[in-house]
Order: sequence, then C-alpha cells, then structure tokens
Amino acid sequence: MPDMPSAIVVRDLRKSYDGIEALRGVSFEVRAGEVFGLLGPNGAGKTTTVEILEGYRPRDGGDVSVLGHDPASPPRALRERIGVVLQHSDLNPLLTVGEVHRMFAGYYERPRNVDEVVALVGLAEKGDARVKTLSGGQKRRLDLGVALVGDPDLVFLDEPTTGFDPAARRSAWDLVRSLRSLGKTILLTTHYLDEAQQLADRVAVIRSGRIVSLGTPAELIGETRKAEIRFRRNGEVVVLETDEPTRVLHELTAEAVAAGAELEHLEVRRPSLEDVYLELVDDEPAAVEE
Amino acid sequence: MSVLLHQLAFEQRIFWRSREAAVFIFIFPLLLYSLLGSVYSDEIELDGELVPSGEVLLAGLYGYGAANTAFAGLAIILVTRREAGFLKRLRSTPLPPATYIAAVLGSTLVVFALQSAALLALGAFVFDAGMPENWLGFAGSVVLGAACFAGLGIGAASLIRSAEGVSAVVNVIVLPMAFLSGSFGPTRDYPAFLEAIGDVLPLTYFLDIVNGVYIGGDSLFADWAALAVVAAWGLVGLAVAVRRFSWMPRER
Repeated sequence: MPDMPSAIVVRDLRKSYDGIEALRGVSFEVRAGEVFGLLGPNGAGKTTTVEILEGYRPRDGGDVSVLGHDPASPPRALRERIGVVLQHSDLNPLLTVGEVHRMFAGYYERPRNVDEVVALVGLAEKGDARVKTLSGGQKRRLDLGVALVGDPDLVFLDEPTTGFDPAARRSAWDLVRSLRSLGKTILLTTHYLDEAQQLADRVAVIRSGRIVSLGTPAELIGETRKAEIRFRRNGEVVVLETDEPTRVLHELTAEAVAAGAELEHLEVRRPSLEDVYLELVDDEPAAVEE
Repeated sequence: MSVLLHQLAFEQRIFWRSREAAVFIFIFPLLLYSLLGSVYSDEIELDGELVPSGEVLLAGLYGYGAANTAFAGLAIILVTRREAGFLKRLRSTPLPPATYIAAVLGSTLVVFALQSAALLALGAFVFDAGMPENWLGFAGSVVLGAACFAGLGIGAASLIRSAEGVSAVVNVIVLPMAFLSGSFGPTRDYPAFLEAIGDVLPLTYFLDIVNGVYIGGDSLFADWAALAVVAAWGLVGLAVAVRRFSWMPRER
C-alpha cells in the first residue's frame, strides 16, 4: 500500500477511572482507507480508546487527532465525517427502518440516498418494518446503516458482531469488506481473533491499557520465533516450545536415530495467530471493566 | 431552523405512534375530566365565589395535564432514550444538542397545547364550561405551564437512574401532587398538614394563575407571587439538569 495520510493518530494516550489506569500510554496510527483492528480481551481498554476518539470521553493525557481534529472539542465538521456504531444502542423502536435513516440523514449536510443505504446494509425488504420488530442482527445492520447515512469517511465499529450466530457474523463481515471497498477508513474493535484476522489490514493487540503488538496479521505471527515440536513417546504427547527449532530437532532426531527408535507423530508447527494472541493477552489480568 | 423542524416532526410522529404516551399523557386528563365532571355538578366555591364546576375542574385538569405532559412525559422520554444509548448515539452526529432539546421541548409544547384545546372543547360541549375571556393570557399560561414542568421534567430525568422505574417514579410524584394542589377538586376540606404540603407545590400556584386567567379573566401577570413560585420551581429543575444531566447511559 502506498503511503497514505493518517486518518487517526494516537500518541501516548492515557486515561484513568477513579485512580485505576485504563489506558497507560497507547499509541497507534490508522491510515486512510484501511481497516484497523483493535483486538483485546474484555476490559483491555478497547472501548475506552474508541470512545475517546469518538469524542465521548475526555482523555487524561496524550495527543489524539481524528481526521485532523481533536475529538475532545470536536467541530461540527468532524461529526459530519464520522460514523459511529456503538456496542449498545437502541434506536427509536416505533419508527420504521426507513424513517430512522431519514431522521438521521436530516442531521447531515450531504447525506447519502437513504434507500441506497438501507439496501447496502441488506435491509431493503425491511424498510417499512418498525425497529422493534427487527431481530438482533437486523438491529445491528440498522445501527450500521444509520452510521453510514451521513456518508462518513471514517467509521467506528465497536464489537460489531458480539452475540451473532455464525451466519450473521459472516454477512456482517461481508458488509465491512464492502465498506472498505467503498474507500472508508474503519476502526474496528473486537475480542474475536478470527474477526480481526478476516477483516483487518492491520491489528493492534491491546492488553491492560497498553498496545502489546501491532502489525498485519501475518507480521504478528512472524514476530514470534517460537516453534512447537510435538511427538509421542510411550503413547504420551510431548510438546517442546523453542526459539531454536533447528538445533532442538537435530538433537532429538540424532538421539532417536542413535537409539534406533522412531519419534511417533513428529510434527513441527509455527504458532497460529490465535497462539500468538493468547500468549500476548493471557499472562496478566485485565485492568478495568469496560 | 430546518433541522429543528425536521426533528420536531419526527418527535411528533414518535409521540403519536406510542400508545402508552397517547393514552397516559394525552387522554388521561381528558378522561379524568369526564369522570370528575360527571360526579361534581352545580357550582364549586372558589375564593369565596361560586363558579360552575365544569370550569373549576377544567382549570384543575388543565394544570394536571401540564404536569403530566411536560414533567412526566418529558422525563420518561429522556430517561428511556438515555438508557437505550440513543442520546449517546445522537451526540456523535452533527445535530447540535441544543437543537435536539429544543425539538423535544417543542414537541411537548405541541402536545400540551392540543390537550388544552381538547379540554376546552370537552368543557364547552359537555360540561357547560365557558371559553377563556383572555385568550392571550390563556395561551401564555400554556407556555408557562409547559416551561415550568419541563424544567422540572429535565431535572427529574437527570436524577432518575433506570428506564424501568421512570414511569412509576414520575407518577408517584404527579398524581399526589395533582391531588394536593386541587386539580381534582377544591382542597378546602383537606387536613391542615395536606394543605401545608400543597402550599409548596408548583402546581398549586400554577392553578392559581390558571384560575385567575381562565375563570377570573385576569392578566397572566396579575398574581406576581404565584408567577414567581412557578418560575422558581422551573429554575430549580433546570439547575439540577445543568449540574446532573447526562447524554450517556448510567453505567453499571
């Protein structure tokens, strides 16, 4: 990807709640046009970070720029250009899908065509249905449609598929991919690793208020040099983790050959992103509840 | 301005589509007027004068309607929307907060004005009540009542924590207040301690003003003391709102 201007710049972001540090110096950049995933367990600081960027929460320290503006005192121009999907929000249950979109469209200077947006999020057949009659997945689509109605450049998706069944999840992923192909910049938070792997161009893993790793999913896997060697000895599985698989494997096989034995089920594998992720997030409890 | 009207139109659509709101907020004062109007007949003594009961009750239920629509109705709307995350969601759009609040207040005023007109019509056709002599003063009292109780409504919304409890809380306030202030009939024969409570309630003073304007044909500004008490209550509500109002749902 060529060098693009950054849509979001976060430097040394800090935030405490009642003396507990929720963010302890978070830094990352989101390039224009990319899908950036903020991945971490519950309570790691994902939502706090995103809500500071959305302008909901003040920060205690650090520099933040969203589309060139400080979200702590957001000008109207910034709100014209962002779309927000919150983790929990119920839109007016008594209005229809089309009406909610039209209501929100009225807040923007240059809204998109409402029918197009409703179709884009796959609710064309539900346009005249009251919001209260929608299923959970359809409500999330409505949230997304309403976030897109102002034709934003930057879209925040806070855990967009939490609680979805696998089919709903796949179709939500397709939707995010189609947004990306429209050229939108997307900041996505998730605690699902496969979601980050499927959707994000780059991923920041956050744990206890710190970014512990940042890169493309492939780079994250590449960061660890560890390999796993597995085999069976007397029917029991032996697993060796090592930074030097060549030497360890050489010693193992030399020993076995010398003894005339066979290393049964011998296997050398690179860690999956899941292994990397679990290694990154597992060894310290979360700092605060989100 | 056009965004304000846009939102006002949607607020009206949402209000009339809600059966609970339409029945409890809009119909209830009319229903109570019908019931009480059928029970009381002849004349009721008001400040030493005999006045047709249809007019005394109309004024009383008009006052109750102000509290019910602007205080209870507004508090319910704001708390449920806040707890649903809807207000939070709105804050990330370019819609200015003041415009949104103005649209919600404007919608409340429209509902209360229609309710007042319906009460006047019901009174005229069924209960022999006259039309106000001082129309301008009466219209002014609609705005005054809506403003005072809306101020209290926003204040209450800032203090009430849960969407589940909000209807119960506001009704526990509004119904006894209406009873103690004389919305449902004269309080002359109430025990002294109940009268004493009634003497500090905003609805009591709002009813004094309404009785003066509607029945006495006085100016809206005839009773400065009552006007001051009503305004003070509205400002207390507003002061609480300024300190405590939140767009974010209460977090557990």
